[in-house]
Amino acid sequence: MSNSTTTEFTVRVQAEDFDVLAETEILTKGRKDVGAIVTFTGLCRDEGGTLEALELEHYPGMAEAQISKFAQQAVERWPLTGLTIIHRFGKIPPGDNIVLVIATSSHRRAAFEASDFLMDFLKTQAPFWKKEHLKETSEGTWVEAKAVDDADAARWRNSRH
Amino acid sequence: MKIRYFAWLRERTGTSEETIELPETVKTAGELISWLAARDEGYAFAFEQPETIRIAVNQEHVEEDHVLSGTEEVAFFPPMTGG
Repeated sequence: MSNSTTTEFTVRVQAEDFDVLAETEILTKGRKDVGAIVTFTGLCRDEGGTLEALELEHYPGMAEAQISKFAQQAVERWPLTGLTIIHRFGKIPPGDNIVLVIATSSHRRAAFEASDFLMDFLKTQAPFWKKEHLKETSEGTWVEAKAVDDADAARWRNSRH
Repeated sequence: MKIRYFAWLRERTGTSEETIELPETVKTAGELISWLAARDEGYAFAFEQPETIRIAVNQEHVEEDHVLSGTEEVAFFPPMTGG
């Protein structure tokens, strides 16, 4: 199904923060064919003031490989002009960025759908694990996977989009 | 064979990675789980619900019936919670 003119994409797994505007400009600078930019940024929320920080563990190598696999599927499935995915690891306090997906396209639908698809697969198939550190307790707790996230990812197997 | 453990599997086994000689009797990833679980209390606790454990061989997701060659990197981890 792939063709030789498939759009290239950028995947990064890093401890450092990212700059949404700077990453967006990389995908649009000097081009006039981009009609739509969809950015999704996932942030660490404070869970009603109880959360001290989230700790994100990952499987180095496999994390990059899995995200790249889904990025490849996205550029084959939708006519994107650009795609960047960044996922952070390490200790992240409330209010800070965790994950970024930017999809650009000539028209909005492809950019919206590709971003949605990628987030559903990042949640369930990319080897990252979140541990919650609460303010009240010293021991962290591993976040459990949610069935609703699996259901979200399954949507893309059933629809032809 | 290199084995890696992540998240609460790493904590319960007390190991992030180790190298083992694959026993003759262990052919599949599922059999490796049973063999590891019989090692000690920590491993038994880590693998007490094998159906919830996710397996990767050479950094690709596989099922428990995956046949091991003895040279791969095998990883065990809980369901993923990225994004």
